[in-house]
Amino acid sequence: MSQSPSVPLTTADGVPLKTSLRRAVRRSKVKAFLLVSPLLLFLGIAFVMPIVEMLWRSVDNPEVSTQLSRTVTALEGWNGDALPDEPVFAALVEDLREGQAARNLGLLSSRLNYEKSGMRSAINRTARQLRAVEPPFREALIEINDTWGELETWRLIQREATPYTLSYYLAAVDRQLTPMGEIVQVPDHLKVHVGLFWRTFWMSAVITGLTLLLGYPIAFLLTSLPLRHSNLLMILVLLPFWTSLLVRTTTWIAILQSQGVLNDVMVALGVIADEARWQMIHNKAGTIIAMTHILLPFMILPLYSVMKTIPPSYMRAARSLGGKPFLSFRRVYFPLTIPGIAAGGILVFILSIGYYITPALVGGQSGRFITNYIAYHMQTSLNWGLAAAIASILLFVVIVFYMVFNRLIGVDKVKLG
Amino acid sequence: MNESLLQERNDNAREAGHETDTHFARFINVQKSYDGVELVVKGFNLDIRRGEFVTLLGPSGSGKTTCLMMMAGFETPTHGQILLKGDPINDLPPHKRGIGMVFQNYALFPHMSVAENLAFPLEVRRLSKAETKRKVERALAMVRLEDFGDRRPAQLSGGQQQRVALARALVFEPELVLMDEPLGALDKNLREEMQYEIKRIHADLGVTMIYVTHDQTEALTMSDRIAVFNDGIVQQLASPEALYEAPENAFVANFIGENNRLYGEVTETIGDRCQVRLDSGETVLAKAVAAGGVGARTTLSLRPERVSIVSQESDESFDNRFRAEVKEVIYLGDHLRTRVNVCGNDEFILKAPNAKGYASLRPGQSVDIGWSSSDCRALDA
Repeated sequence: MSQSPSVPLTTADGVPLKTSLRRAVRRSKVKAFLLVSPLLLFLGIAFVMPIVEMLWRSVDNPEVSTQLSRTVTALEGWNGDALPDEPVFAALVEDLREGQAARNLGLLSSRLNYEKSGMRSAINRTARQLRAVEPPFREALIEINDTWGELETWRLIQREATPYTLSYYLAAVDRQLTPMGEIVQVPDHLKVHVGLFWRTFWMSAVITGLTLLLGYPIAFLLTSLPLRHSNLLMILVLLPFWTSLLVRTTTWIAILQSQGVLNDVMVALGVIADEARWQMIHNKAGTIIAMTHILLPFMILPLYSVMKTIPPSYMRAARSLGGKPFLSFRRVYFPLTIPGIAAGGILVFILSIGYYITPALVGGQSGRFITNYIAYHMQTSLNWGLAAAIASILLFVVIVFYMVFNRLIGVDKVKLG
Repeated sequence: MNESLLQERNDNAREAGHETDTHFARFINVQKSYDGVELVVKGFNLDIRRGEFVTLLGPSGSGKTTCLMMMAGFETPTHGQILLKGDPINDLPPHKRGIGMVFQNYALFPHMSVAENLAFPLEVRRLSKAETKRKVERALAMVRLEDFGDRRPAQLSGGQQQRVALARALVFEPELVLMDEPLGALDKNLREEMQYEIKRIHADLGVTMIYVTHDQTEALTMSDRIAVFNDGIVQQLASPEALYEAPENAFVANFIGENNRLYGEVTETIGDRCQVRLDSGETVLAKAVAAGGVGARTTLSLRPERVSIVSQESDESFDNRFRAEVKEVIYLGDHLRTRVNVCGNDEFILKAPNAKGYASLRPGQSVDIGWSSSDCRALDA
């Protein structure tokens, strides 16, 4: 029956076996692909493309190279030791004239203003007076605005002439480039992002810890109660999924605010004085309480799916071998639930570092997450490059956590029931 | 092979005093209900001697496992008392009972190696490292798995896992070991091998064992005494031989071994014999075991191997002789399993030895069969 390995197997009528197999399964493969193609298309449009766009935007740097193209060309070979010569200024004037005619100087001035404050007004003021400017342009421009007489300005233009930049990423971690090209921290009063990143991470860790603390006993109850009771409990666990996120968050406002239910009850019971009501919302406490509640099911369900597979006989065996209840739990049951803890932990942590709406509603100033700053840069400061860079860093952190988890525990352990 | 272990056990036994030897473990009128409506165990009484191998045998749902779990401490009796060495243990939590237990699916801790599994009961008893190591090695040697200490349970075969579970239940030298269908997951050959292995360990260590199974062969092979359970009641508590030879009621007769049944009514009792008129009209002489008085319904129980084919030249005499029609013959080598129609029973089985004169049995043939009234037991209806 054995054939030499060098001779490929063929079917009875001589077609190579592999070809025949491929032909045989092609039909079902095509069918399967057609079935999933709507989803693939949806994922491509709604998921992959936005992420690619975001990553691209976080490094994209077209303003200087396109709108100041003549100036940039003229600056080639400039060594940065002294102010550039007249041709460079002439090129700048021409670029600005063209930009003003096209009415797109706003983007350029904003972009340069991120790097050096005062650039917006310099460009705007110069543009307004361009009509009256006559050669020699160098003196005329410096006359209009001192900025053109500073070496830094020209070094900046030369540096930002590249089509791609890392300056958004530097800004996202509170760093900037000096005119000499060194990376330094921004002045203390401008530092925002790093602190926010850390706050996001540690608060997410606290939330993850709290969900574990609250969710572990519930998951255990779910597996050990008689079916009738455990079904009821499961419904209670899933109930939050059936209520709008906004409703749940605003309910916490009603409960926790200083004139809210909880404070009223405590005042009525005499636990706290009326004038010393607790501030439990619009701060870190509010964010942590509300998010712990909202993310609790994501901890309970993976825990439950792991605990469900642990036969009760393990604990019985441990007890019959002489283990006291707590010791048996610590040595036998708990180690077996670690995959569930890790799965629930990674799920809650990843969800919570990307959470936006709850911190925005109940976080006040001190309970904000980095996501709220992404929104700020998208909607208010309109610095989309910076927003994209911050979001990309978050994405990167999530991917790193995911990979560590996959290496240590295995992603197949994440099951919701 | 384990003399030191054996020695230690015997010392323990002597210390415990003589009076507990016959009443080592006792169930006294134990009842158990889970829902307050139905009793799963209805008045269970059992006295277990030190060193005895007692099997609780019964179909699933008969209450046997519940009794074992009450002894282990995982279930509380609703009524009655459980005593171990003379002391009531109803309120003693499982970890203080010092009873070894082998679970149905072994319940080996999957995140620990075999040696760690075995060390667990010793560590919780705060034995020294060296002592623990010594006992673990000795226990592994006892089940002939010396080289498997570093493996994880999942890396072992079913039979090896079974041995580890057994070793773990014995390593802390309990005086009583409970086994809940420990061989249920093994295939037939391995199961038989393990039966002898458990028997050997039981004999070596002199430990008392309570064994739960629904497999009657297993129970017959291994036990000193068997308690046959049905419907929450012990139907009969006896040695394997007595159970097979002298079942006291119809359930036990059916449950243990193969059994022909004939139904009828008692017409006359003569000493320990009684005359029974079958529903088909024939009259049979039987041994009155659990039949009522004259007029009572009864089930006659008859082992297939106690029925003979009576040939012309046979000089055997039976007090019951009937004409039967052969329905089916299955050749089994040493004997022919023959199904006949006799006394209106179409499912009547007899085992004809594969000896001279018998091999000619053919379906449709008429034969004379006979049995002794002492082998035919008149039981409850």
